[in-house]
Amino acid sequence: MSSVVAEHDDHHDHGPEKGILRWIFTTNHKDIGTLYLFFALAMFFVGGTMALIIRSELFEPGMQFVEPQFFNSMTTMHALVMVFGAVMPAFVGLANWMIPLMIGAPDMALPRMNNMSFWMLVAGVLLLASTLFMEGGAPASGWTLYPPLVLQTGDALPFAIFSVHMLGISSIMGAINVIVTVFNMRAPGMTLMKMPLFVWTWLITAFLLIAIMPVFAGAVTMLLTDRFFETSFFDAAGGGDPVLYQHIFWFFGHPEVYVMILPTFGVASTIIPVFARKPLFGYTSMVYATSAIAFLSFIVWAHHMFTVGMPIAGELYFMYATMLIAVPTGVKVFNWTATMWKGAMTFETPMLFSIAFVVLFTMGGFTGLMMSVAPSDFQYHDTYFIVAHFHYTLVPASVFILMAAGYFWLPKWTGNMYNERIGRLHFWLSAISVNILFFPQHFLGLAGMPRRIPDYAVQFADWNMISSIGAFIYGFSQLIFVWIVFDTIKGGSGKATDEVWEDARKHSLEWTLPSPTPYHTFEKPPEKIPTEHF
Amino acid sequence: MNELVAQKNGKLVKQLLLIAIGMFGFGYALVPIYDVFCEITGLNGKTSETAVQVSGDYEIDLSRNIRLEFVTSLNKAAPIEFKSEVNKLEVHPGKYYTVNFIAENKTDKALIARAIPSVTPGLTAEYLEKTQCFCFQEQKFEPRERKLMPVRFVIAPDLPDKYKTMTLAYTFFDNTDRKLNKQK
Repeated sequence: MSSVVAEHDDHHDHGPEKGILRWIFTTNHKDIGTLYLFFALAMFFVGGTMALIIRSELFEPGMQFVEPQFFNSMTTMHALVMVFGAVMPAFVGLANWMIPLMIGAPDMALPRMNNMSFWMLVAGVLLLASTLFMEGGAPASGWTLYPPLVLQTGDALPFAIFSVHMLGISSIMGAINVIVTVFNMRAPGMTLMKMPLFVWTWLITAFLLIAIMPVFAGAVTMLLTDRFFETSFFDAAGGGDPVLYQHIFWFFGHPEVYVMILPTFGVASTIIPVFARKPLFGYTSMVYATSAIAFLSFIVWAHHMFTVGMPIAGELYFMYATMLIAVPTGVKVFNWTATMWKGAMTFETPMLFSIAFVVLFTMGGFTGLMMSVAPSDFQYHDTYFIVAHFHYTLVPASVFILMAAGYFWLPKWTGNMYNERIGRLHFWLSAISVNILFFPQHFLGLAGMPRRIPDYAVQFADWNMISSIGAFIYGFSQLIFVWIVFDTIKGGSGKATDEVWEDARKHSLEWTLPSPTPYHTFEKPPEKIPTEHF
Repeated sequence: MNELVAQKNGKLVKQLLLIAIGMFGFGYALVPIYDVFCEITGLNGKTSETAVQVSGDYEIDLSRNIRLEFVTSLNKAAPIEFKSEVNKLEVHPGKYYTVNFIAENKTDKALIARAIPSVTPGLTAEYLEKTQCFCFQEQKFEPRERKLMPVRFVIAPDLPDKYKTMTLAYTFFDNTDRKLNKQK
């Protein structure tokens, strides 16, 4: 490792290798970040296509296009692809690109492991995708893979399980890399409490990943041995208990949703101050709130299982503990609002997406609070209300912020400005259609429409049709972002300055570098650490 | 990157890997933890898997009537006809009762099946004390065999007053294939 770096030290303008091998063997954090981001974008469209198959079938009551079994495969695969193939890799990509730049490090701490974790991710997702073509179809039990239903999966079961193992190992390697980089590679003067919030949130996320991915790997391994090796972890006939799986799964599953939202918070906390031209309000409280959310995420898992027949004491504990999460989350929302308060705001595309995130994520949070109330959760459980809730916390939150991050850093990455007019068009189409898509699902859920069904009673027809129309507008308007990315790489609307956004270099180190970012950066640590956000 | 940082990195990687491996073990540790937790708190409605040894008789509490309901079901459409002689019973805490369950093998092959009990509300499970039950061991059925299986039980008189109704449910699991695989 050190010999490679020493070689680079000799000639600073050494660029990347040529050709395809650059991308296969690269250990450069920027290349790997780019690979992750493009892969995530591709998977976003794969998962999105599955979502559009679902919404096409649900456009009208009755069976139109697909078999029920395939429909259930689509809901399952859509979730798995979006979670493990799109959102998580996209944030790992951002982490790879931005963490070394933000803390003044020359690269990630473990560059070769970095390469391995990317290609392991690709292998894992390909393995998962291959199950679509197997005898008995892809897993159709929902992404939670509950037994005994999931044990009825055909040939695909072991492949899906091994794919989860590979994705888990890939995430754990990525997480270890982030922690080691943040702990050991910070530039002199970059103390923990001076790190940009994106780095902070990723550090905490990385600890979550290390703690939960192995538990999930264990749970699916138990499924594997139950099916093929005569164990009875979840089989009541042999003394096991299927509810046990739900406990283990949600011990992983609840922190997992924070794995997707904490880096989102980090990016929002990075973007909003730049466009409000103010320091971030309450930096320290943001750090503590993030840690508090991460801690609470480990002790609330059974609020996903209020209806399994827990005794009243369990219901009450999980209900109150869940409500507690609203406190640190509220701290964050108020901090973002206070950051914007009396700021000299401008509304470039990244800021538009970030403001939409604050508003729409808060709505998703409120429906979450509604469902934390155990007695009313019996009404919402497994209906379209929960579907609306978690899509509000993932699509106009995580995905919007990923788009915002794209617009925010593309000029730094490529050296070119994106087309602001088309960017705003993308924003408005997305922001309006995402509400047409998901808002009616609240009504459907409250009226009792169950999730994961290919057909429904006629009284749900109108809102489903509206939701499907929104889905198609939203899905196709995301193609604008693809155009933006390629247009910006080719030149966009002119060269970007080094600072890109007004006074951005006061906020974070990456803006002190030239645009486009050179292949090697911070081989000598930066002399001055920005302190604007205090 | 100098040697010192590389060394520090290596050490931290090892520690983090240990955490990851430890958490994999923790996932498995949750299995016995869950069982012990449920046994202590009685959260999941599992009754004792062996006959309860009662030392001396309880005092019969004639002032209380508990409505005890019986539910029978089959897992994955096991080829068994399974029902209880009575659907419900008004019982006094402390008094012994016997209820007959009837199961019939509907196939021309021998079957090995196991009935798994469950009590609702879960917290009352520990008060339902069975001195005899077909659920304590696996049941072997000859082809077309019809079996009368008595369950003898008592509800402990210290059952809290707030419980008026209890449900005892049995699910029959066809374990024939599982047993044959093991013998191979």
